[in-house]
Amino acid sequence: MWDWSYAFQILPELANVLPITIAATVVGFAAACALGLPLSLARKSNYKAISYLALGWIEFIRSTPLLVQLFFLFYALPLYGISFSPFAAGVLGLGLHYSTYMSEVFRSGIDAVPAGQWEAAKALNFGKRRTWTNIILPQAVPPIIPVMGNYFITMFKETPLLSAITLVELLQTAKAIGSGSFRYLEAFTLVGLLFFLLSYPSSLLVGRLEKRFQRK
Amino acid sequence: MLQTSIWEFTPLLLRGALITIEVTLAATVAAVLCAFLSGFLRLSKSRILRLIGTVYVEVFRGTSLLVQLFWLYFALPILLDIHISAMSAAIAAIGLNYGAYGSEVVRSSIVSVPKGQYEAATALNMSPWLRMRRVVLPQALPLMLPSFGNLQIELLKGTSLVYLITLTDLTYQGMILRSYDSSKTPEIFAMLLFLYFILAYSFTWVIRFLERRTAKGRA
Repeated sequence: MWDWSYAFQILPELANVLPITIAATVVGFAAACALGLPLSLARKSNYKAISYLALGWIEFIRSTPLLVQLFFLFYALPLYGISFSPFAAGVLGLGLHYSTYMSEVFRSGIDAVPAGQWEAAKALNFGKRRTWTNIILPQAVPPIIPVMGNYFITMFKETPLLSAITLVELLQTAKAIGSGSFRYLEAFTLVGLLFFLLSYPSSLLVGRLEKRFQRK
Repeated sequence: MLQTSIWEFTPLLLRGALITIEVTLAATVAAVLCAFLSGFLRLSKSRILRLIGTVYVEVFRGTSLLVQLFWLYFALPILLDIHISAMSAAIAAIGLNYGAYGSEVVRSSIVSVPKGQYEAATALNMSPWLRMRRVVLPQALPLMLPSFGNLQIELLKGTSLVYLITLTDLTYQGMILRSYDSSKTPEIFAMLLFLYFILAYSFTWVIRFLERRTAKGRA
């Protein structure tokens, strides 16, 4: 059954790879933001073709599994001469998948900026670029920070999928430990516990942020 | 070239798609049951029942689906000394995971039914069960459906993970085909993505149909 001394013995091994899981989350999240913003701008473009193209892309990526997308990046692209390390393919897949969710978040933030702000920027003869960077985005981003926080936590919980493309993160390490000693119970329970201990406090924190923004 | 390979791959992929649909439907039923049960638990007057509901939701939302899947399939049998088939582990893990997300949808929809409706039903001498069935739920269900629709797509995508515990679903068949001829990898994965997209769209249609049905006769 459950063996405490064994659990404590393998805990350091799992804690060792925790930074890889966290790095994958952080880099993946940065990629999702970097890809999501242009996507939401494309969606709002005045050119119908660009807007529909962005919509189609968002719908397609959102309704197909991240796992298959990761397989595509990791196993199919090398045949075209583009090969990635497991980590690079993993964060690119995470970023690509969640950029479609992020673009909707950005869009809601941008839509919430009052029309008067656009008009004021125009009246002051601001160029397109300055309107976005100095007027619209600084007002659009703060209210959506809690939602972005929630997606950050969601992405953190999706990182075990990267074990399927051979990235040695928490779950992959637990699997290796388990198959080495035929003791899966302790390893997988500890992984679940580690995920919970990191994600639950973060979600409480995001909940508090949300309340603070609502009061403003 | 491309056409011949598509015809070659289709039968096996369709067989996998059938398993994917089977897991999706069974897990959806499990998830809806879990969502309603825990949603009601969290609305209960008893503090203990509320706590049970909250712990369930937080535990399953706080850990990831793949970890839960592996835990149920590899760890739980050791703990309880039982055998669990891959199919039941998959349905249980996916059902419990998305049920936890659905719980919040059920709870918030029921809470958003105006208080006057409860009072009117009580004034008409309805029992709590009759009040829930005839007054509250008919108003709460249309509020739930759009969110359930989104969760349904997430659940369908989540079923691709069952390949990792040896179920022969759509993703599995793709990987098998790839092992025969890895030079066809891009075509195989493109077909996989396409088939998942079609499945997701079909589910979206069904939910939209249900939305229209429940909205019938109401403003």
